[in-house]
Amino acid sequence: MSARSDLPAWVDIGLIPALNLVIAFVMAGLVVLIIGENPIKALAILLGEPLFSFQGWCNILYYATNFIFTGLCVSVAFHAGLFNIGGEGQAYVAGLGAATPGLILGGALASILPNALSQPITLLVCLVGSFIVGGLWGLFPGYLQAKRGSHIVITTIMLNFIAASLMQYMINRVFRPTGNQAVESRAINNAYILNLREIGNIFGAKLPSTPLTPVIFIALLAAFAVWYLLWRTKLGYEIRTVGANQEAAIYAGISPPRIIMITMMISGGLAGLLAFHEVLGPQHKLLLEYVQGAGFVGIAVALMGRSHPVGIVLAALLFGLLSEGGTQLSFEIQSISKDLVVVIQGLVVLFMGALEQAFHPLLQKFFRQES
Amino acid sequence: MEFALLPEILGSTVRMSVPLILACIAGLWSERSGVVDIGLEGKMLAGAFSAAAAASYFHSAWIGLLLAILVCIMFSLVHGYACITQRGNQVVSGVAINMLAAGLTVVIGNSWYKQGGRTPQLDDASRFLPINFPGRDALFQMDGVGPIARIFLDHSVLAFIAFALVPLSAWALAKTRFGLRLRAVGENPQAVDTAGISVARLRYQAVIIAGVLCGIAGAYLSTALQTSFVRDMSAGRGFLALTALIFANWRAWPALGTCLLFGFLQAIANFMQGFQLFGVEIPVQVFNALPYIMTIVLLAGFIGKSVPPKASGTPYSKDR
Repeated sequence: MSARSDLPAWVDIGLIPALNLVIAFVMAGLVVLIIGENPIKALAILLGEPLFSFQGWCNILYYATNFIFTGLCVSVAFHAGLFNIGGEGQAYVAGLGAATPGLILGGALASILPNALSQPITLLVCLVGSFIVGGLWGLFPGYLQAKRGSHIVITTIMLNFIAASLMQYMINRVFRPTGNQAVESRAINNAYILNLREIGNIFGAKLPSTPLTPVIFIALLAAFAVWYLLWRTKLGYEIRTVGANQEAAIYAGISPPRIIMITMMISGGLAGLLAFHEVLGPQHKLLLEYVQGAGFVGIAVALMGRSHPVGIVLAALLFGLLSEGGTQLSFEIQSISKDLVVVIQGLVVLFMGALEQAFHPLLQKFFRQES
Repeated sequence: MEFALLPEILGSTVRMSVPLILACIAGLWSERSGVVDIGLEGKMLAGAFSAAAAASYFHSAWIGLLLAILVCIMFSLVHGYACITQRGNQVVSGVAINMLAAGLTVVIGNSWYKQGGRTPQLDDASRFLPINFPGRDALFQMDGVGPIARIFLDHSVLAFIAFALVPLSAWALAKTRFGLRLRAVGENPQAVDTAGISVARLRYQAVIIAGVLCGIAGAYLSTALQTSFVRDMSAGRGFLALTALIFANWRAWPALGTCLLFGFLQAIANFMQGFQLFGVEIPVQVFNALPYIMTIVLLAGFIGKSVPPKASGTPYSKDR
């Protein structure tokens, strides 16, 4: 994942991802062909349709918000040499950190303060709350890795399942109002993130219905913060050193266990911000399975974006486009399920992650001749 | 606990354990050769879909099984190519396999059958039904012995295959030349290579065996346990099997015990909504989470220790 190659930089960060993406699309096209539809037409809808409407763009940005958070989650851990597959669980459990203050503190503040004051304060507490709860759910496997030597891949997988059981219990038994049939909390109205349409209404503008919220700016801010952390601070340097060479890190006076735990706390916290966005934004309540695989998409985003915040934002936009395009595709060609996008994601993970060396010798030969 | 339900729960325990045992032994072969297999879940899912689709088309459970095995071997070869030939990251490859299987089964199933990823209901001829041996009904209706016999014998042929595979794998890995070499390749591939044996060849053989077993596990899900394929029907069983493998410390006999225990927990969770212990109600989610919690406690080294094969997860290259 972090092996630097002897290829020109633009090949490494530009050509290889593009090449792999093309192969992923060709193979997905074969799948479309097998099920008897026109792959060119499908591709045109998948990639083209969302780009030609304002609503399409809004929805792309909505999906990208979640994918930036989970992509950053995976990549921060990558930089410390850790593979955090637990983004899904961390984002899920963080719902507790987003919903609890939203329901309790939000209600209390709303009774003593005007809405314009109570809402932002509550939202800020919810933001911190979801970061901390997600972070703690990431810190635990970090602790197990650092202090007990339990492999982080295994423990984060297990914690995903434990998270699913825990949340099912919490939402069903604690958050669900008595007598309510649907397994979800009551509406969180005192920590309400407006979507673009609602914001437009305030200013008298008529905008299309979309789940996009201003949290996209928090996601971009988080991407900047991660860049700053990794390349402009001492801690970031230590994280990257531990990821590059633990022995060297120890020799340089860095404590890898400490760095591993801090990194996993940050990584989990970033995934946790997805809960802040999803629970208080589009959903306005704590409900089952709201993460919907975004944690795993984060792996694809991090691989595609080469673990660099700029790359992650771009990759998140791409996967946002795919998610929105997939929905439109399944509307227009009924026989193509929107799960085709999951196939493309899987192919991207396969080619960008597991087979990233496949073209290496070929490209190396080519560019060596040229120079 | 109500004792009247006990035979039912134990019978269900066996049924729930079968896919776990198959996938767990699949993982055992793969990981003992040094190839980590996170993709058990995806392969099982692909196998379940292939088995149900082929069984409904050919009206034969056996053809379903065969196709499930072939499809799973194909997935295994993709994993093998990425991990062994290309020396890619084994965990990433496994994640990719899981995503591919989850997506492909729904995309193809939805386009063929237009039922949201579900395959058509299978009739009895295209399913693996409990074996109908002579004197079966008479035995099962006997007082006392009947219910106990049902627990052990009221199962399809795939279940018996699964249970037979445990001693077979234990023996093969411990006593045969192939098994010993395979384990050596998971511990110290350099030594095996020095002895003039191909590391890649052994590892490919191991992942193919894993594919075969995942195929059987998948076929069991959709043609024995259920009557059709439904989307995401493996429902985490591949990961549960992986958990069992770790809990059993990568050994065949303990894997059997662990899978039975995990199967028992699943059976209880299915049968007992509102299970009481000493007057305190235990939520069903506890049973779902317990295997993972137990394994994390084990991994953390608080009780015993779980040690993976030394070379697992690391690709082998000669020029080291």
